Amino acid sequence: MTQLFKKSIVVLAMVAISGSASAAGELNLYNWGNYTNPELIAKFEKTYDVKVTVTDYDSNSGALAKVKAGGHGFDMVVPSANYVQIWIKEGLLLETRPDQMSNFKNVAPEFANPEWDPGRHYTVPWQWGSVGMIVDTSVYKGNINTAAIYLDPPDELKGKINVAPEMNDVISSTIMYVGGEPCTTDKEVLRKVRDKLVAAKKHWLSMDYGVIEKFAGHDLAASLYWNGAAFRAREKNPDVRYGYPQEGFALWMDSVAVLKDAQNVENAKLFQNFVMLPENAALISAFARYANGISGSDKYMPDDMKNAPEIIIDPKLAGAGKFLQACSPKATEMYTAIWTELQK
Amino acid sequence: MNDKSQSLSEYELAARQQETRRNWLLCTPALVVLTLAASGPLLVMLFYSFLKSGNYGGVIYEFSLDGWFNVILVRDIFDDVLRFADAHLSVFWRSIKLSAMTTVTCLLIGFPTAYFIATRPRGSRNFWLFLITIPFWTNLLIRTFAILELIRNNGIINNLLIDLHLISEPIQILYTDVAIMIGMTYVYLPLMILPLYASMEKLDFQLVEAAYDLYATRMRVLRQVIIPLIKPGIVAGSILVFIPSLGAFVTPRVLGGGKNLMLGNLIQLQFDQGQNWPLGAALSITLLAIVMVTLLVYVRYSQRSGVRDD
Amino acid sequence: MTNLTIEPVNKGKLFSIYKLPGFTFIAVACFLMLYAPIIILVAYSFNSGSSLALWEGFSWRWYFSAWENDTVQEATLLSLVIALQAALYSTILATMAALGTTRTRPFRGQTAIYTMINQPLMVPEIVTAVALLIVFATIKQATGYQGLSYLVIAHTAFCIPFAYLPIRARLEDMDTSLETAAADLYATPWRCFRRVTLPLLWPGILAGAMLAFVISLDDVVITEFVKSAGQDTLPTFMLGQLRRVITPEMNAIASALLAVSVLLVSLIFLINRKKS
Repeated sequence: MTQLFKKSIVVLAMVAISGSASAAGELNLYNWGNYTNPELIAKFEKTYDVKVTVTDYDSNSGALAKVKAGGHGFDMVVPSANYVQIWIKEGLLLETRPDQMSNFKNVAPEFANPEWDPGRHYTVPWQWGSVGMIVDTSVYKGNINTAAIYLDPPDELKGKINVAPEMNDVISSTIMYVGGEPCTTDKEVLRKVRDKLVAAKKHWLSMDYGVIEKFAGHDLAASLYWNGAAFRAREKNPDVRYGYPQEGFALWMDSVAVLKDAQNVENAKLFQNFVMLPENAALISAFARYANGISGSDKYMPDDMKNAPEIIIDPKLAGAGKFLQACSPKATEMYTAIWTELQK
Repeated sequence: MNDKSQSLSEYELAARQQETRRNWLLCTPALVVLTLAASGPLLVMLFYSFLKSGNYGGVIYEFSLDGWFNVILVRDIFDDVLRFADAHLSVFWRSIKLSAMTTVTCLLIGFPTAYFIATRPRGSRNFWLFLITIPFWTNLLIRTFAILELIRNNGIINNLLIDLHLISEPIQILYTDVAIMIGMTYVYLPLMILPLYASMEKLDFQLVEAAYDLYATRMRVLRQVIIPLIKPGIVAGSILVFIPSLGAFVTPRVLGGGKNLMLGNLIQLQFDQGQNWPLGAALSITLLAIVMVTLLVYVRYSQRSGVRDD
Repeated sequence: MTNLTIEPVNKGKLFSIYKLPGFTFIAVACFLMLYAPIIILVAYSFNSGSSLALWEGFSWRWYFSAWENDTVQEATLLSLVIALQAALYSTILATMAALGTTRTRPFRGQTAIYTMINQPLMVPEIVTAVALLIVFATIKQATGYQGLSYLVIAHTAFCIPFAYLPIRARLEDMDTSLETAAADLYATPWRCFRRVTLPLLWPGILAGAMLAFVISLDDVVITEFVKSAGQDTLPTFMLGQLRRVITPEMNAIASALLAVSVLLVSLIFLINRKKS
């Protein structure tokens, strides 16, 4: 009898789930966790009568693995700049020619023709940001615009530093610190990188995500991390400041692309065009607190973001920013070896 | 007379065969599902460990021993010299060490607790057991985060100790091996207590009483009467804690801060940022091998002492 | 069992053979330890602020926001649907398997079966997860079918040992005299099973089903790899949140789930009590 009871619950539940799909079309978006504004989705759903599902991933490589394996059912994905070429080379993206879409004129000129997607044949800007130093200035009052914060830490910060567990960001940041070029395979440079990282690790507290809480609770005093988190951390702990390492800091950009084996190509293209509208781009930014690549979105942005030093880079410091590229397999192999050694 | 016994044993044989058939039939559906979604994929893993690693994850369908090779040996990227992969070896060692320590801690805490429950009035025992399992029903991620809140520098424990003037500065518990051990002990404690309790419930206290009658001290009774009788429960509980903690993944991730990798994290790394699937597969099979050895020892032991596992 | 006390000849105190020094203290400490994080968890779900560390006052807001959060609702529903099915199927399969491997004379292949059944307990989840990803992905591409079945099968598989162990334990403890009596009274094997064995076995089956349900509800790694578009369960949803910011909304959901599980189990507990 309890089995019958269980079965009926199952049936009811299935009916409940399937009952909601009564829209004209569908769209399945595969995106970073906590990165998609529900308001944006609702607006798109209403405008085009499409039911949108959003599934989360938490790493570029995880997403790539999942899609490469096939049979995933997603239509769109949001890879980071340094992965886009990998996705294209593996034949996973559909060439939707966003540059020919009606809203393309809104894309900010500096992002309209990036090295990693020349002419924007595949992707549309979603958000961009930087990787820099978040520092609690009540603990350390010196210069925060340097990677020495985590690589040659001052005494006040030792033992209270976090480093984001992102191989590409950390390694490129360290390469630039020792004077090399990102994606280098120069053994001398990499040897220095490895030694510096391994030596610095003993002063680190953790290599983890979720730092905002830790700054609020004073568990951390410094971290190599993304600017959006710095902004949110400052909301909770007013002493937090964000530094742009002048030896070179990484810029990242996430863009929306359509998958080659997408089932809902037309809706996907509509979505790509949709997010190139300034007010929609502003919605995306307002949620995760990062800048977007669409001109004219400033007037729709929330006030606290308009002048935030974490979002608008001080021109004096901006020069040192470099977009990360996809590195050669040889370079990746070497970086992975260094990374594994670092993590042991 | 010979005929009769002959036909009897034939009958017995037929009955046995029928029983075996029936048993197999009953087990088949479960076995089918398990082959499809548990054992079969493992063979796939074994297969993958002998392939070449794809450039950005995945595999290339060419035979290669690199995966296995890289488990213990690594070619130094700078001098091209073959060295022991001490990164991997230290992760292995840390996992075994932490799992063993977790098992011991669970035993030290679980034994008195199980004993306590077993010596409650009969009617209330189920209630106590119920209490033990409730934490088990909270989502693992959330539970681990709750522990994080307890042990962090600004957390409850540190604040309490400071308020009581026992320490002046917070103790760094979070993001250390100790934190991982605390987390794992917390998660696996019920798995130790339940088998221990199962054994203790069957304990015949008359033997204990007899020992006291012979003027044994409490410690002696514990050591020479109770523990030997509870041994099957101890061994079962230890296995149930040691094995999962070897392959633990979420707890070391959240409480170790990503700085202290355990085997589970190392394996996951190969499928994620490390992008070396054959190595990940080889590492997993190695982990399995360690587990198998442990279980073999257990089976051998329980056979020798003539005790049936539960 | 009443407390047996012996009064030794020359001591005035009552001597209990059950008391061992320090044990009660450790046991109580253990209970406190087990519940401290849970209490904090539930307490902070009522936090009016958005922090998990700084208490800012009492409020129901996170429960409301969780209730209204569409994604959370869908994820929870999906988790429940999968867990119910997994518990159902794995319990049935495990019961059959338990009947086939317990209380019989040792037969060929019995250890092999036993190993296979318990294998999900021994293999690290990440291994199974990736292996399943590959196998299912090939099938998905070949057949184009994307549905929930993959998740259900995967969950059923790893729930089987969890359902199996309590059922087997219960079966071993049962004495066969009642069933022999039924057979003596000319009951067919099926009738005997339905009327005698099953009711006796019921507590074990229930325990197994509950365990399977909880295990399925809690699963993160395997679900994360096997899921297709729009198939986020509650744990995978929370894993996604891990990277960004965690609010007490998570606590609220977990507390709600906990309350529901406790209620459910208490209900079953009481019903069973009434029956006997």
